[in-house]
Amino acid sequence: MYSQALDERDDHGDASAPEQLEARFEARVAAEEKVEPNDWMPEAYRRTLIRQISQHAHSEIIGMQPEGNWITRAPSLRRKAILLAKVQDEAGHGLYLYAAAETLGISRDELVDQLLDGRAKYSSIFNYPTLTWADIGAIGWLVDGAAIMNQIPLCRCSYGPYARAMVRICKEESFHQRQGFEIMTTLSRGTAGQRAMAQDALNRWWWPSLMMFGPHDSESVHSDTSMRWKIKRFSNDELRQKFVDVTVPQADFLGLSVPDPDLRFDGSTSHYVFGEPDWDEFRAVLRGEGPCNTQRIAHRRKSHDEGEWVRAAAAAHAAKTKARHAAA
Amino acid sequence: MSATSEAVLLTVADSCLLLSHRLSEWMSNAPTMEEDIALGNIALDLLGQARGLLHVLGDEDELAYFRDPQEFRNALICELPNGDFAFTTLRLFLVSAWLESVWPALVTSSVASDVRGVAEKAVKENAYHLRHASSWVIRLGDGTEESHRRMADALDALWPYRGEIAAHDWYDRVEPVLATATLTVPDRQAWTQRSSGDGWHTEHLGCLLAEMQSLARAHPGAKW
Amino acid sequence: MPQPDGDRRDGWPLWEVFLRSRNGLHHQHVGSVHAVDVEMAIENARDVYTRRGEAISIWVVPSASIVASDPADKDELFEPALSKIYRHPTFYEVPDGVSNI
Repeated sequence: MYSQALDERDDHGDASAPEQLEARFEARVAAEEKVEPNDWMPEAYRRTLIRQISQHAHSEIIGMQPEGNWITRAPSLRRKAILLAKVQDEAGHGLYLYAAAETLGISRDELVDQLLDGRAKYSSIFNYPTLTWADIGAIGWLVDGAAIMNQIPLCRCSYGPYARAMVRICKEESFHQRQGFEIMTTLSRGTAGQRAMAQDALNRWWWPSLMMFGPHDSESVHSDTSMRWKIKRFSNDELRQKFVDVTVPQADFLGLSVPDPDLRFDGSTSHYVFGEPDWDEFRAVLRGEGPCNTQRIAHRRKSHDEGEWVRAAAAAHAAKTKARHAAA
Repeated sequence: MSATSEAVLLTVADSCLLLSHRLSEWMSNAPTMEEDIALGNIALDLLGQARGLLHVLGDEDELAYFRDPQEFRNALICELPNGDFAFTTLRLFLVSAWLESVWPALVTSSVASDVRGVAEKAVKENAYHLRHASSWVIRLGDGTEESHRRMADALDALWPYRGEIAAHDWYDRVEPVLATATLTVPDRQAWTQRSSGDGWHTEHLGCLLAEMQSLARAHPGAKW
Repeated sequence: MPQPDGDRRDGWPLWEVFLRSRNGLHHQHVGSVHAVDVEMAIENARDVYTRRGEAISIWVVPSASIVASDPADKDELFEPALSKIYRHPTFYEVPDGVSNI
């Protein structure tokens, strides 16, 4: 779900590719063999992967901002340590993914440029503000919960470096969700003020979390190729349904109510029926008109620009040292 | 535990707590993503060290969130705002150079085994912090003209705050690195800022704690 | 003389990272880091890839220095050729004066 823009039509078929190579590629992928960096691959496969992996990486990096917002105000030292570690993990995940993307023939510089000048997307969820401490719990519980649902199947994706990065990420991600849920549990069993805080956070993060799975399958430009190439493993609606089915009982456990008047359990299907997300809001956020879009990119751009002299100095020092050794 | 050693522990704990807080302000702001992680790692280490010592002295959250600024006993250098990356790395270097003597002393002198345990782990962690910070001081001091200027400015600003942390071996540790960084090594006899022994602090601590303690104080008695 | 202009290609090259998690095991490739020199590469590798104590030994190698041969891939259509481990834009020298590459 950090790859909502995946469902864009990709019309640049590589007409000149030998049919043999294409056929053999398709067969390997169908047989669940991994594709590695130096293997022949269709251009569309390479481009789709770069887009999906980098979008995922950007999401991790941008995601550090809403959560990082509460590090300096974390209300206990234990929570502070846990949150610091989580935000650090996110930076690390971003780096694993940039590294995987770089094996496809693009540089980190280019990827960073794409993010900063708005050409690349990141998950819509991080365009919402973290207004209270309970938001940190809600993000861990709902957002990371949703992420895990998408990420586990990606551990089996066809591209080796991406699959391996996902295995690493999944191992670390379960800690994130547990910590978020632990915060929600503590708050919902706490003072009246804390319980209200928890309910308010759920009210604000529920629908954006459902939107993380992307538009309805019927609205997505078909992602048949992504499914065939085993880059995408489940449809948007399948994952969204699964998320609701798993999460509503958790909200019940917390004694919190999901802000959906249409939500009910359907005994005949054993699934929850739920209401429609506000797709206008979703489209607005994707267009850049969400609460924090401008702020998130401005923050990233500022860090990048202000760090320029540091990066330049490090490079200059390394060059000087190299020259000295050469002269010695 | 004697009053003196409690005082020493509180100074070290508060220094690590506040330095950790300052470093954590770099999250998502560092010059490179790798450095974001590195500073986060160091902030986590320092927080762990602070917690280990605060735990020996009382309730860690009571001490961290419900003391007023004048009750803190950190070395003042730790409460200063981050400034630019040169200031941050130089400050980290100067403080780590101090802790390089402090932790081993706590290992050998401590009666309490918990304190010894914290100190033993901290010795290893601090060695990494010192190396990491030294590397940056050198890279920036001997990098570009701009980075050299920023590092020189940082040194001018920070040197007076060495009063509480400088001793003979501290100078011996610090001066060679400054020289390698092509910085002018300041006079050991130059003036120093007042220390925090009686609750004296800079204006910055009040603002730092106002932010850090705000949520905990808004819900007194709550569990998190 | 390379220009020190931030993390452009000649300032912050790519390094591949290998970790040995326990004695008795081989080093395993885990990914890459950007760094200006080998000391930074080792530190970055430690910070990025061993936050959970996953390694007792770290190797870093400039990515452009690693040579790859993937015989399985080519069989009857191509000669197995020596190559870089992947086609990164910075692994191949672009002559001075050529732009937009």
